[in-house]
Amino acid sequence: MTTSTTTPAGSAIAPRRRRADDVAGLGTVRAGIFVAPALILIGIFLLFPAVWTIWLGMTDYRLTGLQAASPEFVGLDNYVEALTDPSFWNSLWLTLIFVLFSGIIGQTLIGFGLAWSVRNIDGWTKGLIEGLVLAAWVIPASVASFLWLVLLDRRSGTINGLLGTEGTAWLIDHPMQSIIIFNIWVGTAFSMQLFSSALNAVPPSQIESAKMVGATGWQQLRDVIVPNIKGHILTNTLLITLWTFNTFTPYLVTAGGPNGKTEILSVYIYETAIPGGQLGLGAAISLIMLLINLVIALAYVRVSKGRKKR
Amino acid sequence: MTATPVRKVAANTTVRHFLARVAFALIMTIVGLLFALPLVWLVLAPFDATPSLSLSWPDWTLDNFARLAENPYALRSIGNSLLLGVGTMVIVVVLGALAAYAMSRIRIPGRDGILYALLLLSSIVTGTAAMVPTFQIITQLGLINSYVGVLLVLAGGILPTVIFILKDFMDSIPKSYEESARLYGAGPFRILRDVVAPIARPGLAFISIWTIVQVWGNFLVPFILLRSPDMQPAAVLMYTFYTESGQADLRLISTFALLFSAPVLIIYFVVNRRYGFRFHGGIKS
Repeated sequence: MTTSTTTPAGSAIAPRRRRADDVAGLGTVRAGIFVAPALILIGIFLLFPAVWTIWLGMTDYRLTGLQAASPEFVGLDNYVEALTDPSFWNSLWLTLIFVLFSGIIGQTLIGFGLAWSVRNIDGWTKGLIEGLVLAAWVIPASVASFLWLVLLDRRSGTINGLLGTEGTAWLIDHPMQSIIIFNIWVGTAFSMQLFSSALNAVPPSQIESAKMVGATGWQQLRDVIVPNIKGHILTNTLLITLWTFNTFTPYLVTAGGPNGKTEILSVYIYETAIPGGQLGLGAAISLIMLLINLVIALAYVRVSKGRKKR
Repeated sequence: MTATPVRKVAANTTVRHFLARVAFALIMTIVGLLFALPLVWLVLAPFDATPSLSLSWPDWTLDNFARLAENPYALRSIGNSLLLGVGTMVIVVVLGALAAYAMSRIRIPGRDGILYALLLLSSIVTGTAAMVPTFQIITQLGLINSYVGVLLVLAGGILPTVIFILKDFMDSIPKSYEESARLYGAGPFRILRDVVAPIARPGLAFISIWTIVQVWGNFLVPFILLRSPDMQPAAVLMYTFYTESGQADLRLISTFALLFSAPVLIIYFVVNRRYGFRFHGGIKS
């Protein structure tokens, strides 16, 4: 009865093993039928759009008008148009700043700082801090955005009240800084949790010996903790980069404004393609975004494979 | 003679150490307060008879909730969100369980490769990167402004992660149960329904809750694919409330915001405390 657990794995007894594997009597054909619906759905609504973007990006497809009915093939015109448009480069630059400060620096450092500072405390303080950070991450994006509009309101916002800066319109005077801090607020929970579990896995004996030879807190961090969680830092950075690069939520706070000062790439694509109606051009920029995503994801795969081997 | 400087140095480091700790604690307190600040308004304003944008101790009342019930769009949009969440959940749990089971039990050629490729695909083809082709395809299919379109797009994006997680669960189920069921003459579908599914229940429950949370907060997909105001889920209506109503009705908005956030907050904290699981990243945002 327990052949499946006692059969040693090995190529010599492959046929027997295969039969032992197929305990439910599924058979390859029926297995295929079980898998097919999911794969078809993924194929149509995930794989196909990605491939379709390549074609769409080489047409002058528009939402309305003549080009909506019979779009024409325009080759690489859209790419030329996008790459020679200063507003595209501006958007890419804003995206870089946004990802760098809000994701890589902000979320990673604050997430680590929070994980580090609550690691040795127990009870309600830890629960409270973690709970607050997590709550910011789980509440729906449109609610989070409104809460920040309330907080930063020009006339009666809490921030102006606390800082004594009545009348400062943060979202107009400092729009980029505002969405960077907003996005740190929304996303830090992930880094905090990842670093929490990473710090738990650092062997206590190593920290003890570092303390015995008189290493300061900073030295312990640099020489013991960071080398131990290097893999986690890399994983965290790549995932945060990918997600921050792809977030659309800042649109709900500033709608890309004022004057396109917060028009990160996701917002730029939306503005171009849907209200702007230039689906062909929007698709061309989307393809650039997909390629950047591909590069980040492949880097992630390499890193996690390397970690597994070690 | 030599003892004094040593003691002084020791005292110096203790003082510096102490100051560093105080500074660190202070910074973390400020960070903690910064995280709490926006949430305080979410919790207090709905219970205030005259909520304003600034934080103030509320003039306690429950009238705002009664008023919310009278708004024709508010409760309907919560219902719409529920419909989308449960609909997507049913699709991904059924299709995901079938696929994960088959992949767990049969050596389909290149299985692991397919699995990783799917996962990679879902992290590359995000809602934002694929919004243009998705919008165009759904328009061509005539599914703009229909829940079918929204459900299929959401399910397609979530399924790879679901299959990946469920396959892990299925792999851990001992095969001896299925063997005995088969001896009694049960077919594969019956085995999946009556033997595997009950054992995999924690996994299926996790996936169901996770899917609903993902869809509940999703803004972009319904925002670009739905047109009619009465079809909007709460995520989009919330945005409509504060962008399109000239003078924002704070009593309505604050109450709606709390009602809309409460389910995911409750699910998250109850489930998180009880089962201690972490939400896998992936398609959040």
